[in-house]
Amino acid sequence: MTELTSRTIAQLRDGFRSGEFSAREVAETYNAAVAAAKALNAYTVETPDDALYAAEAADKARGQGNLPPLAGIPLGIKDLFATRGVNTTAGSRILKGFKPPYESTVSANLRKAGAGMLGKLNMDEFAMGSSNETSAYGPVISPWRRKDSNVGLTPGGSSGGSAAAVAASIAAGATGTDTGGSIRQPAAFAGICGIKPTYGRCSRWGIVSFASSLDQAGPMAKTVRDCAILLEAMAGFDPKDSTSLDLPVPQWESGLSSNLSGKRVGIPKEYRIDGVPAEINALWDQGIEWLKDAGATLVEISLPHTKYALPTYYIIAPAEASSNLARYDGVRYGLRVEGEGLNGMYSATRAEGFGAEVKRRIMIGTYVLSAGFYDAYFTKAQKVRALIKQDFRKAFDRCDVILTPTAPSAAFGIGETTDPLAMYLNDVFAVPASLAGLPAMSVPGGLDGQGLPLGLHLIGNELDEQTVLNAGLAIEERSGFTARPEKWW
Amino acid sequence: MSVSIEQVRHIAKLARIAMSDEEIERLAPELNNILGWVEQLGEVNTDGVEPLTAVIDQKLRLRDDVVTEGNIRDEILANTPEAQHGFFAVPKVIE
Repeated sequence: MTELTSRTIAQLRDGFRSGEFSAREVAETYNAAVAAAKALNAYTVETPDDALYAAEAADKARGQGNLPPLAGIPLGIKDLFATRGVNTTAGSRILKGFKPPYESTVSANLRKAGAGMLGKLNMDEFAMGSSNETSAYGPVISPWRRKDSNVGLTPGGSSGGSAAAVAASIAAGATGTDTGGSIRQPAAFAGICGIKPTYGRCSRWGIVSFASSLDQAGPMAKTVRDCAILLEAMAGFDPKDSTSLDLPVPQWESGLSSNLSGKRVGIPKEYRIDGVPAEINALWDQGIEWLKDAGATLVEISLPHTKYALPTYYIIAPAEASSNLARYDGVRYGLRVEGEGLNGMYSATRAEGFGAEVKRRIMIGTYVLSAGFYDAYFTKAQKVRALIKQDFRKAFDRCDVILTPTAPSAAFGIGETTDPLAMYLNDVFAVPASLAGLPAMSVPGGLDGQGLPLGLHLIGNELDEQTVLNAGLAIEERSGFTARPEKWW
Repeated sequence: MSVSIEQVRHIAKLARIAMSDEEIERLAPELNNILGWVEQLGEVNTDGVEPLTAVIDQKLRLRDDVVTEGNIRDEILANTPEAQHGFFAVPKVIE
């Protein structure tokens, strides 16, 4: 039954419904695959009983002919989502042992839709990182390897556990979160699909906050259709999140169509940057041809403030993080380290609980928000952010979807990138859409010369996930990408 | 602008993160690197630009000021490193 794990969510759903196999068989097969994949370090907690419990409910419901959409589908949940009674630590020592007495809205929506949970997925600490190396649990090892090499590669980050689990077929799909590329860059590195919807589509309630004006949940899965299925279940209005969009959830799956006639695809000239490998630019050109073949017309567009997106992000995200992470004080949950008096306890707890990258960002954020510097850094960044948003508004007068590469490189080796600034550059193509709150997706385009996956990136207009998914589907159908990592774990 | 060792020490204090002199000396050039890089925003003309406050236009909702979820003291205290008499316990702050 191992072949069950190679199926897509749509195939599992159909096979389960037609009686080809039971949900229990699916859950047991996945539980065994998870237990056998410890070398990847993708899961921080395994919850086989949870997966079985949901499967039993699905099998029972099948008999009664009333099945919720994700009945019998076992998923991995990023460790950033609060899960009732199950350790939720955001990849950090400071949340050690935290068992939320509540469930995040997104994971609750997935459970209501019938999905089971295989476990919690490893991630960069507080979602701050692009390689999974900042996790308190140690890095996730990508299931992919370079040709003729045993060097451990990163699955990307911060949703690296999610990407690795889907690529290695130890989860049928997974939740991710994306603040500045954390769904899309790992999806590209792992040869899978991942979509960040419009800001506000998925409730942030119960997701450990990093930068609240940017944080957005989304699905990661093997195919575009699977992403549509999962996103439909995850999204929806939630009165508990003040920025949740009070709009009906579109039926993205039934709206899927790879016929792009009448659609205009924008190619931003500012995304042709120096130092990007020729293979990535070649794939981008190939992507343009695929979309033309699907009926789309091409338009050159300009997003003039693109080069300022990363520095803008690295003011706004740390500023919001420094405020959000002030709650980790050793009083209400997680780690407490005694010190001299109350302030001493706070400082000792935070010194021991946070890792180096999180401390770096809290320090940057505290500085840019401090008296005398607020306007020069934070207000300035919010103004540039408004200009970046305006760039996209103008561009979407001329096109319906934008095509770019997802990341400026393929997956790199663990420990290969030590300079923080060089690490931040991983998200150069992903961050602008985050700053503008736009839906954006990575789909696999092909393998590079070393046999590693490369992704193509689609950015849509506000609320237009459908065009993003449809363009993704057009690429998926034409790329014929079916490569999976060879099992070594 | 660049931050001095003294400023880094001050920021660490504001952020409530205990740091040794060594850590502060290591962090100062890292922070200066990042701050030097973000300062390229100075090139952008933002005269007359309103800072962005909401990335997707939407109305902020109001709700009645009533208790929606109450009587869950024990759940709230369940994760605390130290609770006493139904409260969070912290080191003594008043002598």
